[in-house]
Amino acid sequence: MFKKIMVPVDLAHAALLQSSIDLAADLAKRYQAETCYVSVTANTPGALARTPEEYAHKLADFAKAQGKLHGQEVSSRVVTAPDPIADMDDAIIQAIHDTGADLVIMSTHLPRRLDVVVPSNGGKVATHTDVSVFLVRHRD
Amino acid sequence: MENDSPNTPRGKDAPVSDGVPKPEGPANLIDTDYVIGQDNVTASRFGLDVDLHGKVFSISALTILFFVFITLALQDQVEPIFDAVFAFLTGNMSWFFLLAANIFVLLAVGLIFTPLGKIRIGGAHATPDFSYTGWFAMLFAAGMGIGLMFYGVSEPLTHFGTALGGTSMENGARTDWAPLAAAAGDTDGAISLAMAATIFHWGLHPWGIYAVVALALALFSFNKGLPLTMRSVFYPILGERIWGWPGHVIDILAVFATLFGLATSLGLGASQASAGLAYLFGIPDNDVTMVLLIVGISAVALLSVLAGVDKGVQRLSQLNMVLAFLLLAFVIAVGPTLAIASGFFENLGAYLVHLPALSMPFGREDANFSQGWTAFYWAWWISWSPFVGMFIARVSRGRSVREFLIAVLLVPSLVSVLWMTAFGGTAIDQVITDNFQGVKDAALELQLFTMLGQLPLTSITSFVGIVLVMVFFITSSDSGSLVIDSITAGGKVDAPKPQRMFWAIIEGVIAIALLLGGGLAALQTAVITTGLPFTLVLVAACYAIIKGLLSEPRG
Repeated sequence: MFKKIMVPVDLAHAALLQSSIDLAADLAKRYQAETCYVSVTANTPGALARTPEEYAHKLADFAKAQGKLHGQEVSSRVVTAPDPIADMDDAIIQAIHDTGADLVIMSTHLPRRLDVVVPSNGGKVATHTDVSVFLVRHRD
Repeated sequence: MENDSPNTPRGKDAPVSDGVPKPEGPANLIDTDYVIGQDNVTASRFGLDVDLHGKVFSISALTILFFVFITLALQDQVEPIFDAVFAFLTGNMSWFFLLAANIFVLLAVGLIFTPLGKIRIGGAHATPDFSYTGWFAMLFAAGMGIGLMFYGVSEPLTHFGTALGGTSMENGARTDWAPLAAAAGDTDGAISLAMAATIFHWGLHPWGIYAVVALALALFSFNKGLPLTMRSVFYPILGERIWGWPGHVIDILAVFATLFGLATSLGLGASQASAGLAYLFGIPDNDVTMVLLIVGISAVALLSVLAGVDKGVQRLSQLNMVLAFLLLAFVIAVGPTLAIASGFFENLGAYLVHLPALSMPFGREDANFSQGWTAFYWAWWISWSPFVGMFIARVSRGRSVREFLIAVLLVPSLVSVLWMTAFGGTAIDQVITDNFQGVKDAALELQLFTMLGQLPLTSITSFVGIVLVMVFFITSSDSGSLVIDSITAGGKVDAPKPQRMFWAIIEGVIAIALLLGGGLAALQTAVITTGLPFTLVLVAACYAIIKGLLSEPRG
């Protein structure tokens, strides 16, 4: 049913994303699908990596580790943006198109009042793509 | 830029690397144990996520509150103090400002012609994030935009008047404000001196100041892997000590100068825009109009910071460029076209002829001009340089040093020459040819509109002028909020969105408080005094640029 599952991840908050990462692994096993881990990151030095290339290596290692853990086919992709917080939704939507993913599994926070001015990325992505989107709630 | 690295599961022995691999494409990262964001406070309360540098954010916020409070509460007491400090700086330290600015220009121009110009910001294989037009629009709108609207007409006209008036002496000191030796009674000489002096203040020197800060920050962030905040520039001098208090102080000072620079110009700009609206449309020029203007400008700036650099700041800056170009083209077309066309080259020539004398730091006889105008401008540009420099740095990844300097130094300087020639030249022409004194007699904020009033289609062009003033304020306000947010987040550009909203809102609130309570001009004076410590920062930046570029791989 699904051939390629895309999982947006931020390595800085990997613990928060555990449920969506586990779910993606379960579904990938069920449908024999490939899992593609995608990150949108700044081009300036950050906490995890000092260059976009360094971040790409870390994400590739993360994907590799996940692939080994579940014995599945994985890939990774890093999109750099000058203003990642603002460009997140567009970058993910573009990545869905570029990777040819047919299912997106991503974490999202509980609905809150602030969503009126700062909408959740998951909600925005779901309304702007024609592939299936599975939003996994996490409590922060 | 995208990186595809497909991985298939390998044999069980394949090691999972945890080390720090070399970046792709030659670059030379600084080896430090500091992790960006390690001093940050992260929390999630009341549905709000925060990620802030504890000391920089809290001390900046407290200092800002303190200054707003004493300016409002003790207005009559603090104003003379700010004024005295400022008079001392421009009076006694003017040689230092002039000398330092000359060094910045020489370094920036010199680098264009050295092999170091080939080095690319972000590593040899980095690609630009923005198109040429988007990039140029953003750096120009952040750099001077609004000033050109207010001084494009008034400054050439003022210098023309003082130069034509000649010199006057009292007790062995010059009492006139004319540049250099003036040009008493010589109309052509006065025009060329006036245009040279104006272009001097809006040409290579301000852009050299911005270029030095921006290049140093871009180099140490994108090529050396340090956080995008002012303190990183000091790494070659202070080493690991930049992560402690010396670094905190530099960053706090940068936040202070940026926030108050923006808030005070927002407040003063609102009063000028309000005067313009009253003159054009008869809208009452009072506190209500001004507060509404600030609220409106801040609201659009807020939307713009939420939309981000690419979809917010870039688009507004491009809108600005289109409007400014239309206004410029209109003035050239319906104004004295031939005079402007030949004036462009004449003024450029006059600028180059007078440049050595105008930029001379020592033995100046025109103290009023060199201290009251030039030193004031240099302190002003330098106090803005952390903000403008940091913003230019952020959008310049992927450009070569040579490309960067041509776009940040030479192109904007030429645009300034053209702008000043068109607007100032037309106003001077109205005085000489038509004997129209209206512009000269008008208040500063109305001079542009009075000049446009003598040309056809006044109501349209004046409206475009008012819109331009407001959009220029919005583009300063949104890029400034992004800069403050990233400094107070320890150099992170991906801090949660509510933080940038906080700074955009606080800026408008402070502007309104100072507008209603008084003290805008006093606090603006205080901001310009930060030009002195930042001149030292810039001198350090020159050393850092040379050291940093020399350690980059070439070839």
